[in-house]
Amino acid sequence: MNETYYDQLKETLYSETLDNGLHVYILPKKGFNKTYATFTTKYGSVDNHFTPLGSDEPAKVPDGIAHFLEHKLFEKEDGDVFQDFSKQGASANAFTSFTRTAYLFSSTSNVKENLKTLIDFVQAPYFTEKTVEKEKGIIGQEIEMYDDNPDWRVYFGVIENMFHRHPVKIDIAGTVSSIAKITKDSLYTCYETFYHPSNMLLFVVGNVVPEEIMSLVKENQSGKEFTPPEKIERFFEEEPPEVAKKKSVIKMTVQTPKCMVGFKQATPKRFGDERLKYELGMNLLLDYLFGQSSDNYEELYTEGLIDQSFSFDYTEETDFGFSLIGGETSDPDRLTDRIFEMIEATKSKGIDTEAIDRLKKKKMGSFLRSMNSPEYIANQFTRFQFGDMNLFKVVEMYDKITTEDLQNILNDHFKEKAFTSCQIRPKNS
Amino acid sequence: MTKTKEPRIIPTEGYTLHLVETEKYKTTTISIQIKRKIEEENVTKRALLAQVLKSGTKSYPSSLHIHRLLEDMYGAGFVTSIAKKGDYQIITIRMDVSNEKFLLNNTQLLEQSLDFLAEVLLHPLNDGTKFDESNVKKEKRVLKQKIQSIYDDKMRFANKRLVEEMFKGQSYAQHAFGKEEEVESITAEELFDYYKDVIEKDEIDIYIIGDINGDEVGRKVQSSLRLNERINTDEAPVQEVTARHQENVVFDEQDVKQGKLHIGYRTSITFADPEYYAIQVFNGIFGGFSHSKLFLNVREKASLAYYAVSRIESHVGALFVMSGIEFKNYEKAVSIIKEQMDHMKSGDITDSELSQTKEMIRNQLLESVDNPNSWVDLLYHSRVAGIRRSIDEWIEGIQAVTMEDIRNVADTVTLDTIYFLKGEGQK
Repeated sequence: MNETYYDQLKETLYSETLDNGLHVYILPKKGFNKTYATFTTKYGSVDNHFTPLGSDEPAKVPDGIAHFLEHKLFEKEDGDVFQDFSKQGASANAFTSFTRTAYLFSSTSNVKENLKTLIDFVQAPYFTEKTVEKEKGIIGQEIEMYDDNPDWRVYFGVIENMFHRHPVKIDIAGTVSSIAKITKDSLYTCYETFYHPSNMLLFVVGNVVPEEIMSLVKENQSGKEFTPPEKIERFFEEEPPEVAKKKSVIKMTVQTPKCMVGFKQATPKRFGDERLKYELGMNLLLDYLFGQSSDNYEELYTEGLIDQSFSFDYTEETDFGFSLIGGETSDPDRLTDRIFEMIEATKSKGIDTEAIDRLKKKKMGSFLRSMNSPEYIANQFTRFQFGDMNLFKVVEMYDKITTEDLQNILNDHFKEKAFTSCQIRPKNS
Repeated sequence: MTKTKEPRIIPTEGYTLHLVETEKYKTTTISIQIKRKIEEENVTKRALLAQVLKSGTKSYPSSLHIHRLLEDMYGAGFVTSIAKKGDYQIITIRMDVSNEKFLLNNTQLLEQSLDFLAEVLLHPLNDGTKFDESNVKKEKRVLKQKIQSIYDDKMRFANKRLVEEMFKGQSYAQHAFGKEEEVESITAEELFDYYKDVIEKDEIDIYIIGDINGDEVGRKVQSSLRLNERINTDEAPVQEVTARHQENVVFDEQDVKQGKLHIGYRTSITFADPEYYAIQVFNGIFGGFSHSKLFLNVREKASLAYYAVSRIESHVGALFVMSGIEFKNYEKAVSIIKEQMDHMKSGDITDSELSQTKEMIRNQLLESVDNPNSWVDLLYHSRVAGIRRSIDEWIEGIQAVTMEDIRNVADTVTLDTIYFLKGEGQK
């Protein structure tokens, strides 16, 4: 078992990759009541075209299947796993993103039993035609719930504008008609391909003794048979650097319009430290451009174009990436234009080093604050690790970013052809 | 069982200080709670005040100045918010600041934070008779947008509508954000007068949680924040509620895809009552968790919904059910929910439902104290209810709940209002 001490954070991380390929990480937290564990596969909604395990032919699967699988894994022959967790005082959950599916629990007692339950239920699929059909009604209602949610619609609307072909433009849960095509066999195909231990990461954080947890996991895994690890072949069609659509308008039953603009990342091919630096640089830059201490924010707020819902974010995963900026607004067109103008103005004005130093302090403080949260640590660590990055090197990396790096990112990312806007407008306007 | 630390309570002139010394966080949290009973004529004003208080002070006249200060303080968190707890409308001012020992240079962040918060409270930007006009104008717009966004989020909208219908004519029917149509007419003078009244009269509690030296911090707060003794702390009158003889059914129509079914039940039990433990367990068995009756029957068995949950409003004696369903399944869903409530009332509950639920509530309580904000929230519940209930006591209370206790509290639960938000022109 490896042991790494991070001096500034005063945290020790324990890790090991087991014989079957499973990556295990343990972070003890003194004084906490709770233990939080995530068991995550590097498999999400974008993985809809791949070569199934044991096959030579690439296959396409229905939209929303990764999320459907996540739901169905909780059901077993003798009932559902939620019952087992709650008998052991744990609350369990799961989520599916573009690139990951995570299963998790948190509990303040019976940690070992709960951990075994977590690993065992994820590693023992039980799908039948009958239970698959039943789930379609439940997920159908989940899809409709999101359909009525303007924040979700504007978020997906702008991503849809950006991409011509990439599956990131498809809603994570799919549609009512796409999930209708899901069968127990297609679920097994996805499961067998993507849930091999070598494609998965287990993270345990909380009030635990690392040695005990590691030996429990090892013992559990050595009692199960797995095929040797194989590289998974995933296929994504070539995506041009420019956006598919410059603008879209969605009418909904709302009172306040919403607007989200975005820039599509033209070269999402970075890994490891290079991606870490780019991603953190983007975060700094967005904060510099539109954070609450920026002149731009103050101007937009005073002009009445934004309110507290205004936010921004940068996402980069293997093969796709984008920045998003927006929120509620009285005038979506005007906000779209102002954001673009402000970015252009910054390109010609240059970046103020003093402001960047202040923002770096802020980022370090926020990072420290997020270390209070076991949820943040486990989920973000996993995401970083899947991109060959180390969450605990964030503070160190912020230190290394120069104003010149930021200027480069500014010129590289924020291009006119990569820019698009999605708006939600009240139905009766 | 490990004991949960209880706060040191230090009564001070004008406010009460609650200090929790713990090493488990990398930050220190300071939370100021300002409480007054809901006054219909002042609800909107109070919501606006919560906004204006964070928009400028004597030394930091605009949000921009404040945000630059916060960045210099290693990205300290600073928020104000407004909420209802029972018949009180409460302003919260909160800061989270990094613990100095994790930073390389030796900045006095905690001291700086306490000074800043004292200024927010005592010296918001004003000219002696009114708040700064431009700050007030900006925050009015933001408040209006916040109120509108309730309408845009159909789950919150349905909640608000159910509460309005169920508590018609009572102060609890007011939304904590106030009324959109009242925002514009509030003047900077009026708001300032109201602020002075708040600082003079409202009950104020200050919580500080983190790796602190309690004595030192206590002295520091007492020297930087001086307030007058409160003259009369107002107790919200207990509102008499009579059970309806007939359930109240309310339909709204909007152009939406999913129907929102929200059902309100009354109970006579509130947070301060010894039966509170039992009603909490009752709610847990009924709809609080993913092993609960609502989840199993509405979602898993009938496949009608993605979520079907219940929660209790601790200080007013209400239990709310929430579910998102297809319009055409209204009758079916209502009848399953009623049937599950009948099971609750007739004591059709297994031992394992009881023990699972107790375990889950215990787990929730213990998890809450792992997060400084939810810990403050737990502590403040007792404060609002005017009782002392330690976390350990609470956990023991839950463990001791019997089937008979649940049967007894079940008798107090009555159906009040069924609210359904459905699509336009849908039957």
